Amino acid sequence: MEVPITIRVDGAERSMTIDTRTTLLDAMRDRLSIMSPKKGCDHGQCGSCTVLLDGRRVVSCLALAVAHDGAEITTAAGLADGAELHPVQQAFVDRDGFQCGYCTPGQICSAVGMLEEAKAGHPSHVTDDLTGPIDLDDAELRERMSGNLCRCGAYVNIVAALREGTAS
Amino acid sequence: MTLQANAMGTPTRRLDGAPKVTGTAPYAYEQPVKNPVYVHAVQSGVARGTIRSIETVAAEAVDGVVAVLTHRNATRLADVGDDELAVLQSDSVAFRGQLIAAVLAETPEAARHAARLIQVTYDDEPADTELRADREDLHAPEGEDPPDDRSRDEFAAAFSSADVRVDQTYTTPMLHNNPMEPHTTVAVWDEESEVRLTMFDSTQGVHVVRSTLAPLFGLRPEQMRVVAPHVGGGFGSKGMPHAHNVLAGLAARAVPGRPVKYAVPRQQMYALTGHRSPTIQRIRLGAERDGRLAAISHDSVEHSSTVKEFAEECGKPTRSLYAGAHRLITQRLATLDVPVPSWMRAPGECPGAFALEVAMDELAEACGVDPIDLRIVNDPELDPKTGHPWSSRRLVECLQEGAERFGWAARDPEPGRRQTGGTLVGMGVAASTYPCFRSPGSVARIEVTDDGRYSVRIGAVDIGTGAWTALTQIAADALGCDMELVKLEIGDTDLPHATVAGGSSGLTSWGSAIVEAARILRHEHGASPRVGTTVEAETPDKPRGVAVHSFGAQFAEVHVDPDTGEIRVPRMLGVFAVGRVINAATARSQLIGGMTMGLSMALHEVGVMDHRTGHVVNHDLAEYHIVTNADVGDVEATWLDDVDPQANPMGSKGIGEIGIVGAPAAVANAVYNATGVRVRDLPITADLLLR
Repeated sequence: MEVPITIRVDGAERSMTIDTRTTLLDAMRDRLSIMSPKKGCDHGQCGSCTVLLDGRRVVSCLALAVAHDGAEITTAAGLADGAELHPVQQAFVDRDGFQCGYCTPGQICSAVGMLEEAKAGHPSHVTDDLTGPIDLDDAELRERMSGNLCRCGAYVNIVAALREGTAS
Repeated sequence: MTLQANAMGTPTRRLDGAPKVTGTAPYAYEQPVKNPVYVHAVQSGVARGTIRSIETVAAEAVDGVVAVLTHRNATRLADVGDDELAVLQSDSVAFRGQLIAAVLAETPEAARHAARLIQVTYDDEPADTELRADREDLHAPEGEDPPDDRSRDEFAAAFSSADVRVDQTYTTPMLHNNPMEPHTTVAVWDEESEVRLTMFDSTQGVHVVRSTLAPLFGLRPEQMRVVAPHVGGGFGSKGMPHAHNVLAGLAARAVPGRPVKYAVPRQQMYALTGHRSPTIQRIRLGAERDGRLAAISHDSVEHSSTVKEFAEECGKPTRSLYAGAHRLITQRLATLDVPVPSWMRAPGECPGAFALEVAMDELAEACGVDPIDLRIVNDPELDPKTGHPWSSRRLVECLQEGAERFGWAARDPEPGRRQTGGTLVGMGVAASTYPCFRSPGSVARIEVTDDGRYSVRIGAVDIGTGAWTALTQIAADALGCDMELVKLEIGDTDLPHATVAGGSSGLTSWGSAIVEAARILRHEHGASPRVGTTVEAETPDKPRGVAVHSFGAQFAEVHVDPDTGEIRVPRMLGVFAVGRVINAATARSQLIGGMTMGLSMALHEVGVMDHRTGHVVNHDLAEYHIVTNADVGDVEATWLDDVDPQANPMGSKGIGEIGIVGAPAAVANAVYNATGVRVRDLPITADLLLR
């Protein structure tokens, strides 16, 4: 079954007729040639496909495109302003927060979403005070970034990059 | 003569940083192609037998399906003597998960749906998939002579008369490389073109893919092109083409002129793209009372497949790491109905060093000496394997500096005694080693371009190592110019031949060729060669009569909850002697990355095979656990200020694999120090500490 949908990706409106089985990730990659979100597992287990969907971080391989008609999506490509990288992206480059780079766009979208969650006061599994403001120490950063796997083992540098990002 | 360092040695940011953090660096699947066909493969549901029937009518009837390939209609391939690559060539099944069919369709959804409609029946036979050390069919790997009776007798005599003896068996499970980018090939077959088959491939070596696959498809090398500008990790699993590459080629052959896209689903990778064999390793150490080794033996048993032999050579580190007059190293394989094992980061050294370095910890305790002192008294002056002098070794310095930095003096040699806030605290150490390989045959071409720059071309591949950046640094220093004047091109068989990004040999093999080409350019054409001047040079031969290895010392601190057995690793430190470090930023990342993968192996990773079905049952990232961010504490890597002029013209040695060698043993030894429970079987899980 095919249905028409329109989504905005990185500020550009895109309309298409889509197979109802198509995930948001495949809609972007296979239909729109938007390759910034990566497919690592297709089962919501690795986080490589993370994008910001209406401002919140989601794994786009578990979202069916048909259910997101009218959605506003930001990918890692859309976080940069032309040649000007987003501060989180720049921190990843400065602290070598990646090696092969395949999980990286997902890590970065996840980090940007995570920083907003913390700012809004959302507690995590390691938050002691569930009522106060969130202090994003290393334990918080590690916990909140654990939905994004990195096989190259860049976690230490990812935390360093985010430490830098949250301090500024 | 060793190259003067200018760009080399600095922590230069990755040149491909911006495209990587925005996701715009094109990996194999992301290469722009028009009107593609999508491939979804079907895997065998039995581990051994013959396909009796394969019913494809329902699949072919699905809207959008272009073709269904099986052994009945796929192109006949040339027999190149490698049965792993004989994809869809017969009805026989040799392991569970073998490729037996594929659907080609206009959309990925149609391909996946149709693949599920294919009905297969088998004449199945009992499959044998279980590795045990007491099997009667164990055999030495092809071409390897087992030790003779004399060396066995000499070892036995030395071992039995030793003052202190350790005799233990260690095991490591089936492990899966799991790079984040699944193995992916986009292939186009074009009858009209001189280049018949083009592959955008996720590979560690474009030339090895071409040289392996071209003959299979009856092509001359120049009729095939392989392109891989960016690769999302490999860890050995992309070091040679596997069955999926062949399937992509067969699919392309079936729809000439149309690109086919085959991204191996994560679940299919566990059977198709190589794995590390499980290992069973018996270590015997005989020593004098002060710990001086008199006899060392390492007997390892691994599995191999009926399809193709591969030996995970666990005894390798034991041949060279320590002194000791009598040494006996054996290896035996069980050839089973299992997927084809292959390279995984530090094949041999990684599981081998786990067994050896835990055994050394046990020996230290038995002798009542510090584990660091034990390694120091057994530091060999010459390479025990070859008798050659070391180019440089410096393991003792790594151990001493590491002990100082890590605060080793705070370790209580009596296990189970240190606590902090009710948590058991332990420290462990292990040595790391990896040989410095130089593969022959890479060629670098340097051309002076009309914008006053140097075009440096070599078919190398950056799988995340930082080769784009480090090779540019090497070329700049070799040419005596700024990095901005170097225009590097890699990742394409249209470029001069390059060897695989594997065995920690990349920079040594490719960098040496670049340095040689630059030397010839300067020698023959001076400081200002005219535009268009082109030189080519091959990797010079490796030095003879000298043993060149990287070394390191790894330390781990673990905290164990005495009530739940939960293990946390707040910090790890590695101190390495790896020659000159070309790029301090990317090198540190690789070393930390290796240590992190070692931590993952120590505590998490296990491929679970159901021996009733031959199936790796936990074949996804929800069930095959790798370390997450929250599992990793402070992992730090540093290195001695070092230049090894005998290793290569840059004075550098390989760093891609040494980080994983020794890390699991350091963690295991720390767990023992914390708890007094000696776990000899990986992974170390909470339940094992509560027995």
